[in-house]
Amino acid sequence: MSDAKTRGPGPLASVKLFFTDRDKLEPAVITLLAAIFAILMGVGLIFVVSKDPVTSTKNFLLGPFLRTYNFYYLLVAMVPITFTGLALCIIYQLKYMSLIVDSSFYTGAIVATAIGVRLALPAGWHPAVAMLAAGLAGGLIGTLPAILKIKWRANELVSSLMFNYVFYFFGSFVILYFLRDRNQTILASMPFQKTFALPKLVENTQLHAGFIIAAVFVALVSIFLFRTKWGYQIRITGANPKFAAYAGIPVASVAIFAHFVSGFIGGIGGAVEMSGLYRAFIWQMNPSYAWDGVIVAMLARKNPKFVPVSAFFLAYMRVGADFMSRRGDVAFEFITLLQGIIILILASDKIANYFKARRLRRNAFAAEAALAAAPAGGVRSDGGGKGTAGAAGTGGKA
Amino acid sequence: MDYLLRTEGLSKVYPNGTLANKQVDFAVAKGEILGLVGENGAGKSTLMKLLYGEESPSSGTIYLDGKPIGFSSSQDAIAAGIGMVHQHFMLVPSLSLAENLVLGQEPKKGKSSFFDLEKAVAITEELGEKYNLKVFARARVVDVSVSMRQKLEILKALYRGAKILILDEPTAVLTPQETDELFVELQALRSHGHTIIFISHKLNEIFKLCDRVSVMRDGRMIGTHQVADVDRQTISNEMVGREVLLSVRKDKAKAGEKVLVAKDLSYIDDFGIAALDHVSLALRKGEILGVVGVDGNGQSELVRILTGSARSLSGSVVVKGRDLTNQKPGALRRAGVAHIAEDRMTVGTALPASIEDNLMADRYFHPEYKGRAGFLKQAAMARAATEIVTTFDIRCKSAKQPVSSLSGGNMQKVVIGREFTADADILVIAQPTRGVDVGAIEFIHKRIIEMRDQGKAVLLVSSDLQEVMSMSDSLVVMNSGKIVAYFEDASATTDKELGLYMLGLKKQNPEEIGKVLHE
Amino acid sequence: MIEFIAGVFASSNYWFIVLRSTAPILLVTLGAVITEQAGIKNMALEGSMLWAALTGVIVSAFTGSPWLGMMAGILASVTIALILGLFALKLDANAVLCGVALNLFSTGGTVFVLYSLTGDKGISSSLPSKIIPFIKIPFVETIPWIGKVISGQNLIVWLAAFAVVAIHFVLNKATIGRRIKATGENIEAAKAAGIDPVKVKFFTLIVSGILAGIAGCFLSMGYTSNFTSGIAAGRGYVANAAQVVAGGTAIGAIFASLIFGLTDAMATYLQNIGLPPELIQALPYLVTILGFIVVTLIRDRRESIRKRQLLEGKLPKGSLKPIAVGGSNGNGSLGGGAA
Repeated sequence: MSDAKTRGPGPLASVKLFFTDRDKLEPAVITLLAAIFAILMGVGLIFVVSKDPVTSTKNFLLGPFLRTYNFYYLLVAMVPITFTGLALCIIYQLKYMSLIVDSSFYTGAIVATAIGVRLALPAGWHPAVAMLAAGLAGGLIGTLPAILKIKWRANELVSSLMFNYVFYFFGSFVILYFLRDRNQTILASMPFQKTFALPKLVENTQLHAGFIIAAVFVALVSIFLFRTKWGYQIRITGANPKFAAYAGIPVASVAIFAHFVSGFIGGIGGAVEMSGLYRAFIWQMNPSYAWDGVIVAMLARKNPKFVPVSAFFLAYMRVGADFMSRRGDVAFEFITLLQGIIILILASDKIANYFKARRLRRNAFAAEAALAAAPAGGVRSDGGGKGTAGAAGTGGKA
Repeated sequence: MDYLLRTEGLSKVYPNGTLANKQVDFAVAKGEILGLVGENGAGKSTLMKLLYGEESPSSGTIYLDGKPIGFSSSQDAIAAGIGMVHQHFMLVPSLSLAENLVLGQEPKKGKSSFFDLEKAVAITEELGEKYNLKVFARARVVDVSVSMRQKLEILKALYRGAKILILDEPTAVLTPQETDELFVELQALRSHGHTIIFISHKLNEIFKLCDRVSVMRDGRMIGTHQVADVDRQTISNEMVGREVLLSVRKDKAKAGEKVLVAKDLSYIDDFGIAALDHVSLALRKGEILGVVGVDGNGQSELVRILTGSARSLSGSVVVKGRDLTNQKPGALRRAGVAHIAEDRMTVGTALPASIEDNLMADRYFHPEYKGRAGFLKQAAMARAATEIVTTFDIRCKSAKQPVSSLSGGNMQKVVIGREFTADADILVIAQPTRGVDVGAIEFIHKRIIEMRDQGKAVLLVSSDLQEVMSMSDSLVVMNSGKIVAYFEDASATTDKELGLYMLGLKKQNPEEIGKVLHE
Repeated sequence: MIEFIAGVFASSNYWFIVLRSTAPILLVTLGAVITEQAGIKNMALEGSMLWAALTGVIVSAFTGSPWLGMMAGILASVTIALILGLFALKLDANAVLCGVALNLFSTGGTVFVLYSLTGDKGISSSLPSKIIPFIKIPFVETIPWIGKVISGQNLIVWLAAFAVVAIHFVLNKATIGRRIKATGENIEAAKAAGIDPVKVKFFTLIVSGILAGIAGCFLSMGYTSNFTSGIAAGRGYVANAAQVVAGGTAIGAIFASLIFGLTDAMATYLQNIGLPPELIQALPYLVTILGFIVVTLIRDRRESIRKRQLLEGKLPKGSLKPIAVGGSNGNGSLGGGAA
């Protein structure tokens, strides 16, 4: 849309101006396109399987706004995926791939359950203590794949997936053997103490104070990543681990610490979910919010500031899908399918850099054309060669 | 004259916008050995990649036997009779030499798709016999010497029917004897009617081996000469585009106390070769100790161990009386060792990070940048970064832009700006001017001398002999992972003499070498 | 306890179960081995298995033929592998991230399809799906003990054994094996030799897709007789860990997957003596991680000892194994993600 402008005033100056703008603009556009594509694809799927596609589509797209209850539910649904999304932003800033946040979140919920059921503490303190304990447990668990990678070069994604099974089974064991409510036919823990519940933000809705805690964490993680020395270490290590080590940054401890913080946030997320939303632990299976965190972090381009936006988007899709599936014949799980597709698209460098590559190619050809037009004798460079430099750097490597 | 292979107005623009070849006209005649010279980053490798079909030109034409050709892959080039021996060997370490030779065009048992190892071995031995390039066909690549690997590379090209052979800096990894042997073999190939393009930046070799020589600089073809009709000075001038600075202006060094003593360092690389073999040296304040040697003779490993980036299998590194053997880079930096890494792209900078972040990476935790509770004083960091950008003349729009957007020379200034402001007493400097434009080179050289005059101890490693000779106060020469000579006074030696040591033809006795420890 | 375990080891039934639960893991591990040898990590094996298991059930139910079901299952599995290849090799996506994406796609997608067809999200029992036959071997079955272990196994258990031989031949005897190793060990060398690494990688992806497909079909048409949601239960991930233990060889894959199989089978017995089933279910995954660590420790130790010996002149020069061999190279198995 801005091509015409580029040819406006001083060509070089305006080209340069656009360079900086576009570098930020284009990724955002591509991310947006991926999200829109996923929604269209979802609508397509509805039309394939549903007997009443129009109603289903309406429910899917507008469901979250059709009822106040739904809208508040959307806000509630943002909470856990905000926590896992933030946790994964840290991991992705470090350029690790581990999904151990799943264990952190799940175990955090278990730890919070134990505290919510067993301990008698004053209101306010009760959930706070639970969150802290859950955070610590989640943080410690979070470090495992990092340690395995650093000590034994274990691929962190593979090991974290193994650990996720281990901690899932371990968590169910704890619930079953120590916290189970034997009066219930389904698997459930004994009810939480009254003091454990987080206050509701709006009466007669599910919206609880966890929403505010999540918002606070968005700010905290942003500050952590971009204003503190730890965040600096993490970002530099992620940008180039070899450079970080060379500059004296203790890359191994940074990676482990980052995983601890990430797991800590995940663990707190689990605790917040328990004390905010439930009266007892009733998960029959692992909700796997970490997998949702992947897409939240990727849509946010691993910047915590944008996590609320992408969490809103994902919650919107999920609540819509949920509403639709309750009132129609389309399974809620199609949302997971769409999530996979979005990640696939966002993961592809060729797609993500499509505009940029095209632009660079065009610039390069322009540079070459200018060069060809210039008199051939212009070799005696007195440093004028610097303009096209860059060549020197990359050439050296070849 | 009829040329076998010729290019016209060949240009190559890489997707990242790098213009690596500009309007290159290049030609080679049948049955000749053509030398192609130029400094690092001059575009030689890119030109060869274009000829070999590994990259396709952005514009211009390649003619083979007078017919325009368009290779879409190296496979096409191979089919057309062009073979290439890469600088980094294109071999699969765990496979045998015979298997490597036939890779991609394997002999099969009858009509099955089963590999016929015996036939592969027979082919290898036969071919080796024919061209007098004998190799152990059944040995695995990891188990044979570097020069045998190179022979195998040449055989690989010949097996694929190469009539034109491109050799990319083949002698960089060879001993002098092996180099001589290679030259004999190449001349034999020429008499078989093969055409050879020989890439090098060592003029001696060009004059010894080649019929003609082409010079590249800055991605352009500067000129082509009959070797018999041209002198070294001309070629050298064309390569660098200026009169070579034979001396850098500097005062005599006032060598002070020893600040770093390294003893008995050793390193075994991933291929099981002793890259560093019991090396000892000491650095003194106010003195530049130069390290010369053919690339890959242990210099990189020495630097990496001294700066904590690699672990020595033996010996010790003592900095200002403190034993810091095999400590992390952070510990060495805190002890006052700054390090200009030889590869600014992969080690010396974090390309996607901003200039500012790159400049602060070794000092963000200093009290002037770190406030309470782990918060960074970002304004102070920005100010400090801007100051370095100004003093070191880093050409950029702002210190917030990513380092990846800078040119090679400016990228190097980021590295130097950081390391020279690190308040270190010891500077370990590797390849400070590799791939850097002329203006920046002089700037960098001046800065290094300044550092010395401020009383810093400097270790200078460079594969540019001229550079080390003109900059250094004292010199050590490395060959095959060992120090083979030490010159207390760098000006007391000549490039010819150094050459003999570099090539392993001469070696001082241990006593003379031991003087580098100043004990 | 020790007596109990000894008793289990002596029972033919235990070993029967070991073979049965090792087979699917072995198949996917072979798939992980071959792709890793070519230098690409197939993290989508889990998704491949899920689609194969579901498609096998559906197609066998509608055609009445387990064979057609299995063919369709394999096809579905290969399709997932090809999508991974398309994104990772053609569109420059991070292969590991694509694997994550495809697994999400598959967990959601299989349930979505199952529900759309049957109205049930958990299990496919309403579909009259077929079973891949179990093989009774005439004379062998009468041999005491051994007969009980070997005879009566599902055809796919035998197929898994055959796959070991096949992959061993592909990697070591066939021409393509050299090309796979070249691509994985030194991709530039492969390119220089005129080998198209992308093709080679696609080839290994297809092979891994076939193997994961067979394994997936076994899960829903042999091991059990229905598709249940999440039926692969992380076996695709386990395979990627087991692949490292296997050290890049088909023979190694047997041992690597036996670690899982032995523990998995033992779990059933331990449950009988009152150990909490949840803890026992966690065991195979835990043991896989431990096996991985132990193997890496041993390899590292061996390497450092050899280096030292080399320096002290006890070994001839160049007698070290390159780091690239044995699955510890940068682009391969262990290095993975970061950097």
